[in-house]
Amino acid sequence: MCTVCGCGEGETKIEGHDHPHSHEHEHEGHVHSHEHGHEHEHAHEHSHDGQDMHYGHGAAHAHAPGMSQGRMVQIEQDILAKNNSYADENRRHFSEHGIFALNLVSSPGSGKTTLLTRTIGHLKGKATVAVIEGDQQTALDADRIRATGAAAIQINTGKGCHLDAHMVGHAAERLALADDSLLLIENVGNLVCPAAFDLGEAHKVAILSVTEGEDKPLKYPDMFVAADVMLLNKIDLLPYLSFNVPLCLEYARRVNPNIKVILISAATGEGMDEWQEWLEQGLTNARQRKAAAVETLHRRIADLEAELAALKGGK
Amino acid sequence: MHEMSLAEGIIQLIDGSAAKNQFQRVKTVWLEIGQLAGVEAEAMRFCFDAVTRGSIAEGATLEILETPGQGRCYDCNQTVAVTARYEPCPQCGGYSVEVTGGTEMRVKELEVE
Repeated sequence: MCTVCGCGEGETKIEGHDHPHSHEHEHEGHVHSHEHGHEHEHAHEHSHDGQDMHYGHGAAHAHAPGMSQGRMVQIEQDILAKNNSYADENRRHFSEHGIFALNLVSSPGSGKTTLLTRTIGHLKGKATVAVIEGDQQTALDADRIRATGAAAIQINTGKGCHLDAHMVGHAAERLALADDSLLLIENVGNLVCPAAFDLGEAHKVAILSVTEGEDKPLKYPDMFVAADVMLLNKIDLLPYLSFNVPLCLEYARRVNPNIKVILISAATGEGMDEWQEWLEQGLTNARQRKAAAVETLHRRIADLEAELAALKGGK
Repeated sequence: MHEMSLAEGIIQLIDGSAAKNQFQRVKTVWLEIGQLAGVEAEAMRFCFDAVTRGSIAEGATLEILETPGQGRCYDCNQTVAVTARYEPCPQCGGYSVEVTGGTEMRVKELEVE
């Protein structure tokens, strides 16, 4: 297990489906590895007295025949290549079905689940909502979501500190998402690790609550860089706290000048209209993109049929 | 952050390459890690040693090449060095710096036999 963040592998569970290998497990027809390895053989001096050997290519490699029988294999691949290929697959699926997918990230206790139940209530009759809940243990959050009538599935990451695109792909498959719907992915409460893992979402949305302190964007900059939107939650508590809202927004924009901020209270409903408006705009855009893609395909089919008819006519 | 998952990602790349390039043992692994990638080199070494145990990369040397952070400042329109996300532009002191380099996490090369 990682001593830095406690993450590990081997304990992931998706509700109703034990899934013991979160990272190293390959499915038939699911593997998208892009190996571009090509090798160049040469004897290779492996010096241990200097720290500067072997960096990059060319002169930094000391080629001394006879020193070693090792050969070099070029990899040149992102360490997260596998996750990213699953994420691309998820993104393609969402886009083909007009699904607007969001990855909600925050510390534990920022009020994500309450915000979700409130959001589902606001969108009732306007959009179909499904939720993927990520927690290390328990299905409590998915139960809370299902109580609202929305479809939800819980992923327990075990020791894992974040959701990855592979888990989300499976969960999305089991949810059998409706076309033109909203998919809300509630990531594991953690302001560090989920920043690096693309799940195939349209946007990461960071939720920060005013009980946490205004300096969180500076303390955990990677998350606020990765997010396109920051929801500043629990603003109904501001009268009881010394939280400095303008300073918090300044810090957030310091690390991410383009971040969109919405002040919100899931408890009182303040700011929910602006949030709902942003969601509906995103849903509309996703539907329009799908419609445009379908239209292009129809035109392509019509063109091919015309071409075929012309060929037949020419016989 | 999450160095254990990253170490597992490295093993996946190594295993994939071993099947393709027919090697039995990895002696050295070169990584390229950006200064702004959020990866601690020491934690990475610790996790790499733990994860490679029992694999074809057991005992391999891990060489980490750190690439510098770089950004574009929209206030002064300069390409500048960035050492941390929250720091102002070293040229003009503004905060409108968009990071353009130094977030890489790549396996560059392996020495194998």
